[in-house]
Amino acid sequence: MNLLAFNLPVVALLPFLGAAIAAYAARFHRVASAWSAGLVTLLALALLAPALRYPFEGQTLIQSFNWIPSLGLDFAFRLDGLALLFSCLILIIGLLIIVYARYYLAAKDCMGRFYAYLMMFMGSMLGIALSENLILMVIFWELTSLSSFLLISYWQYRKDARQGARMALAITGAGGLAMLGGVMILGHIVGSYNLTDVLAAGALIRAHELYTVALVLILLGVFTKSAQFPFHFWLPHAMAAPTPVSAYLHSATMVKAGIFLLARLYPALSGTIEWMVLVSGAGLLTLLIGAYTALMKHDLKGLLAYSTVSHLGLITLLFGFSTHLAAVAAIFHIINHATFKASLFMVAGIVDHETGSRDMRKLSGLRRYMPHTMLLAIVAAAAMAGVPLLNGFLSKEMFFEQAVLAADTGLWLWAIPVLVTIAGIFSVAYSLRFVHDVFFGPEPKELIKTPHEPPRFMKIPVDLLVVICLAVGIVPALTVAPVLAVAVAGTLQATPPEYSLAIWHGFNLPLVMSMIALVAGVAVYRVRERLYRWHHTYIERIDAKRYFDALFWRVVALSEAITARVNRGSLQNAVAWVLGAALVAGVMGFALSSAPILGDLSTQRLDWVTFAAAAALMVACFATVIWHQRRLVALVTIGVVGLIVALGFVKFSAPDLALTQLSVEVVTIVLLLLALYFLPDRTPCEMGRGRIARDVALSAGSGIGVMVLAMAVLTRDFAPISDYFLENAVPGGGGTNVVNVILVDFRGLDTLGEIVVLAIAGIGIYALLEGMKLQAPTWDHFGRPWASDIHPPIMQTLTRLLLPLMLIVAVFIFLRGHNLPGGGFIAGLIAAVALIVQYLSNGIAWTSERIRFDMHTIIAAGLAIGTGTGLVAMALGYPFLTTAFTYLTWPIVGKFEVASALAFDLGVFMVVVGATVMILVRLGRVSLVSHGYIEPKQEQEEK
Amino acid sequence: MEWLFALVLGVMTATGVFLTLRARTFPVVLGLTLLAYAVNLFLFAMGRLTVGMPAVIDEAAPGYADPLPQALVLTAIVIAFGMTAFLIVLALKARSELGNDHVDGLHMAADEVPVKRYKPTKEARRQKNEGVSS
Repeated sequence: MNLLAFNLPVVALLPFLGAAIAAYAARFHRVASAWSAGLVTLLALALLAPALRYPFEGQTLIQSFNWIPSLGLDFAFRLDGLALLFSCLILIIGLLIIVYARYYLAAKDCMGRFYAYLMMFMGSMLGIALSENLILMVIFWELTSLSSFLLISYWQYRKDARQGARMALAITGAGGLAMLGGVMILGHIVGSYNLTDVLAAGALIRAHELYTVALVLILLGVFTKSAQFPFHFWLPHAMAAPTPVSAYLHSATMVKAGIFLLARLYPALSGTIEWMVLVSGAGLLTLLIGAYTALMKHDLKGLLAYSTVSHLGLITLLFGFSTHLAAVAAIFHIINHATFKASLFMVAGIVDHETGSRDMRKLSGLRRYMPHTMLLAIVAAAAMAGVPLLNGFLSKEMFFEQAVLAADTGLWLWAIPVLVTIAGIFSVAYSLRFVHDVFFGPEPKELIKTPHEPPRFMKIPVDLLVVICLAVGIVPALTVAPVLAVAVAGTLQATPPEYSLAIWHGFNLPLVMSMIALVAGVAVYRVRERLYRWHHTYIERIDAKRYFDALFWRVVALSEAITARVNRGSLQNAVAWVLGAALVAGVMGFALSSAPILGDLSTQRLDWVTFAAAAALMVACFATVIWHQRRLVALVTIGVVGLIVALGFVKFSAPDLALTQLSVEVVTIVLLLLALYFLPDRTPCEMGRGRIARDVALSAGSGIGVMVLAMAVLTRDFAPISDYFLENAVPGGGGTNVVNVILVDFRGLDTLGEIVVLAIAGIGIYALLEGMKLQAPTWDHFGRPWASDIHPPIMQTLTRLLLPLMLIVAVFIFLRGHNLPGGGFIAGLIAAVALIVQYLSNGIAWTSERIRFDMHTIIAAGLAIGTGTGLVAMALGYPFLTTAFTYLTWPIVGKFEVASALAFDLGVFMVVVGATVMILVRLGRVSLVSHGYIEPKQEQEEK
Repeated sequence: MEWLFALVLGVMTATGVFLTLRARTFPVVLGLTLLAYAVNLFLFAMGRLTVGMPAVIDEAAPGYADPLPQALVLTAIVIAFGMTAFLIVLALKARSELGNDHVDGLHMAADEVPVKRYKPTKEARRQKNEGVSS
């Protein structure tokens, strides 16, 4: 099979499998999970590799499978330049993080859980990058929010981790919801959710009246995910996550998902005034706020978090400019930021790991202890500051150039280059602070550990990234150029514009801006102490978290208030609400319809026997209610109801149902009797006229509703679909009892489902009763002692005589079931009754000695036979559960029919017998235990 | 006939609903049993009420009862049994864990009057003791 026909979904789904493997591997050895995660990532890379040439040849690889076509949801994946860039970033940086985290995590941290979450995240992120279908992308988008939640709260015992995780989930989740709405509108406008169609329909989308709504909704998703103002505040709080997570999710990949979506939908949405104002406005504000706040943070990761916010703002601003060259700069900066920021985070992790502190007021002078790490930090921070000969410089120059170009169109737009330069100044200042505060200055004093260089493999990932920073910065044409070109082509869905990656563009305005930023940045750093004080006095109290928390708790309080009004923790109330709502909905349905309630079909004549039976039934119903507090009496009357229902089935030409109802009735009453023994025999009286009146009103309403509904149906003519079954029962199913043929043949899968449910109920009951001990009553309600002779001899003798007869009846009913009323269900119930009667009259101990089948085995065998007949049909090339039959002629017996459906019916029979007997006998045992006839322990051994 | 049938359905539903709304588990199980009867009969009636027609294929038959609702109801009856059994055992479990049979797990709700129990007479107690010892 051609690998290129299906490798993209495999690449996206493989990490999810890897998550399970990593979690499982951790049972054997903690490092095993790191190895398996790494190997799975390599495997995903290897699977992706053969497809990589397509984007470079200018083609888009699309692999599509139907999922729910009626909803426009395809399981479709695409690989173009943009997807290629992102999936490579995700996989390669992911691999480095996996190596790094193996040394970062402490011995007490659970590695399996960490790598499982990390792999889940990797899969979700790959899904976003590779999705062709927009709905599919939203699904993966939500998955990244969820896995990010799990990763942030990885140290669950820490309050800040839990709160940060919840905040991130609330904000990105809400954004995802808005984005789903936007995507739905896009799909509505275009008529397809597939990106190929959406990207080609840019003009149509931008001209549509719903464009603004769709844009705002999608941008809400983008801004929340990529931490754009005013949603930026969740990202710094997400830094409670372990540092590898911060490096991976909150700098290199997940926060880029929003940016990715901007790039992805760039051809469809960009170029309008709305886009420019919203996107570049949010980007510019975020850029400035992030850069300023980053300098003010004393926590290493806090500084990096806000600097990430600021750089994300920069990229967003570039997309907001809506020119092709700006898009080139944006994509270029995505690559550069991912490399230098991931390495800075890892450096921060190393410092934290080796010194036990991330506070820049405590750290200083580390250059003597960790020179190698210092070197890495200097290069990466210089790239972040935009120092020439590093990758950050190149994209920053392009950015400044675009800012200047944007200013050309209007006088007040000159504010853009000015503000951008100010952001550049702060960026230089905080980069300088990151290096200078930590590695230079006097000896550290307040550290709990003596710092030293980290293990070699903790540095190797950083080494690699820093080398990339340098290589891209010095020889861009030889390194990043082809990837950038193909990614830009994928973003624009067009040939990339002319651009130059040269280091020297001559002496121009962008270069002047860079130099101003560098010089002024150093100056700002020198006056930092005064700035901190000013910030502390005036700005620090504005904390977005406080407003978020206040809003959050207000929403929680509101929902609790509403819940408390509706649900008072009482089942009766809840049931009343459900019934009342159903009643209102039903009445509304009738009231709003103009059709007459009753049809015009004439009713049948009533005979007095039926009338008498019906009257008896209704009297029994009311008697059950009136005497329901005397439970034994109510049980008798409800038995009467069941028996008359069985008679009703006889009357209305349904002998199968009558037989079933009759045998079920016997079993049910025995069951309820057994249970009643352990329940109080009286129900306490409920006071409160209000409740009784409410319940009477509800039940009268439901009764009348059902009656009207039934009449509405019964007086209308209809065209049944049963003619098909009647015509095909004999030629297609080989049986004349149509009901049974439907059960075992036409609707065999349904029946298989039913017996599975029955089996599950049986096993569930078995589990519930396991080890249960209830107090057996000594006296009844009137103070009379319970009889102590358990097994009356007359009943014993009679039932032992009856057993073979009853079993023969069961076999008879079973065999004739295909042609005459009967079948597996009924035969099973009859056989079960026969066995239960033995247990009742002879005692469990006596009967168990003689009936040595384990009912679990019988249930299992029944299910196996039922499924097996279906599988045999499949093996022979027919659909599941297809039946076959033939006629045999034997001497004496004559001509008879053999159908594979009989085997299926045998499965039904066995499950019904097994489940029914198991339930009742199990319940009977409880009474033995309670009476002290068997000790619970002894009973365990008996099994 | 149809009116009577509908009336029976209505009565079964009404009594079933009333019992389902009670505060103790056993009446709730009874109520759900009644409701299950009503639902089964209602489904069955979707094939209309046919009197005196054969249920099996017979060339001489003038017509047939609708077999499809019958097949559906047949399994529904068995499943209803499974559900009743599960519920009542759940009720037993609740009683064994919580020591009472209130649907909310309360010992005695505020709006309930305790049942007055007769104390066993001396005679009865003696009988009981003899019964056990013999």
